[in-house]
Amino acid sequence: MKHVLAILVENKPGALTRVSGLFSRRGFNIENIAVGETVTPGIARMTITVEGSEALIEQVAKQLHKLINVIRVSNLSAEPAVMRELMLIKVRAEIGNRSDIQQIVETFRGKVVDVSPNSMVIEVTGNEEKMEAIKLLLQHYGIMEIVRTGKIALLRGSKVLRDY
Amino acid sequence: MILSALHKEGVEIIFGFPGGAVLPLYDALYDDPIRHLLVRHEQAAVHAADGYARVTGKPGVVFATSGPGATNLVTGIANAYMDSVPLVLITGQVAKSFIGTDAFQEADITGITIPVTKHNYLIKDAAELPGVLSEAFYIASSGRRGPVLIDVPKDVFDQEAPFEYDVHCEIPGYKPTYEGHAGQVSRAVKAIRSSKKPVIFGGGGLIRSEASGALRELADTARIPVVLSLMGLGAYPGDSELFLGMPGMHGSVTANYALTEADLIIASGVRFDDRVTGKLESFAQNAKIIHIDIDPAEIGKNVAIDIPIVGDVRMVLEEINRKLRPGETAAWLKQISAWQQQFPMPTGSLSANGGLKPQFVIRELSRLSGENTIVSTDVGQHQMWSAQHFIVREPGTFLTSGGLGTMGYGFPAAIGAKLAAPDKRVICISGDGSFQMNIQELATAVHNDLDLTIALINNQYLGMVRQWQDIFFDKRYSYTSMKGSPDFVRVAEAYGAKGLRASTSEEATAAIEQAMQLKGPVLIDFVVDPEENVYPMVAPNHPINDIIIGGEQ
Repeated sequence: MKHVLAILVENKPGALTRVSGLFSRRGFNIENIAVGETVTPGIARMTITVEGSEALIEQVAKQLHKLINVIRVSNLSAEPAVMRELMLIKVRAEIGNRSDIQQIVETFRGKVVDVSPNSMVIEVTGNEEKMEAIKLLLQHYGIMEIVRTGKIALLRGSKVLRDY
Repeated sequence: MILSALHKEGVEIIFGFPGGAVLPLYDALYDDPIRHLLVRHEQAAVHAADGYARVTGKPGVVFATSGPGATNLVTGIANAYMDSVPLVLITGQVAKSFIGTDAFQEADITGITIPVTKHNYLIKDAAELPGVLSEAFYIASSGRRGPVLIDVPKDVFDQEAPFEYDVHCEIPGYKPTYEGHAGQVSRAVKAIRSSKKPVIFGGGGLIRSEASGALRELADTARIPVVLSLMGLGAYPGDSELFLGMPGMHGSVTANYALTEADLIIASGVRFDDRVTGKLESFAQNAKIIHIDIDPAEIGKNVAIDIPIVGDVRMVLEEINRKLRPGETAAWLKQISAWQQQFPMPTGSLSANGGLKPQFVIRELSRLSGENTIVSTDVGQHQMWSAQHFIVREPGTFLTSGGLGTMGYGFPAAIGAKLAAPDKRVICISGDGSFQMNIQELATAVHNDLDLTIALINNQYLGMVRQWQDIFFDKRYSYTSMKGSPDFVRVAEAYGAKGLRASTSEEATAAIEQAMQLKGPVLIDFVVDPEENVYPMVAPNHPINDIIIGGEQ
């Protein structure tokens, strides 16, 4: 099963290396990772997706907690949470099929953010299934490049992760 | 500034080796009252500091220069990390403007040591130093102990900055749990009261948290037998009738049978290493397991736990002891004593080539050295024989590389131990393979006129590897012969130490007696039966009650 971990870290040099290094040396696989600042200065939030059993995730979380720079680790998959990812796709597009592509993009509530004589760049946000679905449809036209941010997530409701 | 901080932390001795990037630091040391022990290889500085820390319980402090000076520390750091030993290491780094340019003697030591330190720092401004030093000492010596490294660029040593030092510090992401959860402690007490066949399985955590007293009270009041991991030896008196020895691969038959048959295991400050558990699926199938450890990540890591208690093992055991009653374990103890009668520790096979038995040498060392003795070992056969045959009575008096299994650990650790406890007798039990990995420290021992005995179990092989080749690789002794080794007696003498040799039992006893009287470093070259194997033995990944008892006894 896939688990989404939210990790609050002191934003110090090497903090990201410590976290990502821990995954590789303990044999845990990172599926994707997103990092950014939080509302508190000096604290960054990492969202990491890991595949594994409950026992493995518990061990991952405990090992992460041992890092001095890590303040909090929370498994967001265990609770209702909003999860999003942003993807940019460069797809082959000629004059003849641009409007077909446009229609697909609209269906997925995406945006066309760049057009050239033979390509388009499309922006989509959403969950993993949505990303896979639009990728599948656009494959038909020829996907030239894809870039993804990695998943980010917040708990639903007013509950927040304490950063102290 | 760094030295002022060390004074505030009560540091008495630094283990180190100078170099270009730490010239300003060593210049400050020149007329400072703090003692500095000059080793002959940086790795030895870490091992010596590690030995010092294991004996005193205080963090060992190490200085080394940038680049190779720092990378030479890595094995020692990894060793201390695996065995949870508190160390503070200060390395020099190239000046800030040179970092990242592949400058002379530059190595990214903070990057290199992330996986083997509890935490580390690269200083960019001298103003950070007081805060970082106080954090480093706090982190190293609290919670689960471990090494902390501080990398200081050369120009930062020279930089002026205000010095305000506070030994108490708060770190947002670091709050170790010391007190056990009351509900869990009650469950543990209930389990202990209702158990008919309990065993205490203790480890290095007992020594780090000074829990020996609490352990004795628990074992003696509730009449519970004790097994101790290699790291735990000394936490409970090795000559007590309730002590069953070490479990696992080369553990005693009784310890392994007891863990297998127990209905309750009180695991205290242990981490269920593979050398102890053998095949995990068949480990302690009949037992409910209480696991007390300060590191939550150890609980449930290898073995499923019924009653987990995160906390300081001394505090938790004391809490349990408050609610303790004398146990009804007579029948269980009778069973155990029957195993002990049936399976004594083998003292050497008769079928091997005759000659001096290493087990006999260790037993004589144990018998003749007296109670006020600290033993350090290297890694291999002699280490296991020491664990089996040397009677360890007090915590912090058996120093060995448990987790990492570092050949070359024992001798420098003995040097650190002697400096930590000058009034105690210190013996390093080593092998001809291990000793040559840090043999250069004879110079350090002689230079500082340290009274210590090096008992070299010389079988002219990398004995433990040869034993595995014997058992699992059809006696194909691939590169395990140590032929070409020097005459160790003459090497000792060349360094200015004393050298003795023993090839028979009588000579061994006489040499040990003589060494105990001599001052300064003494090496005894025990020329032992080259093909003696360590038994009992549990093959790797076998159940621990599936024991090769070992040859003719």
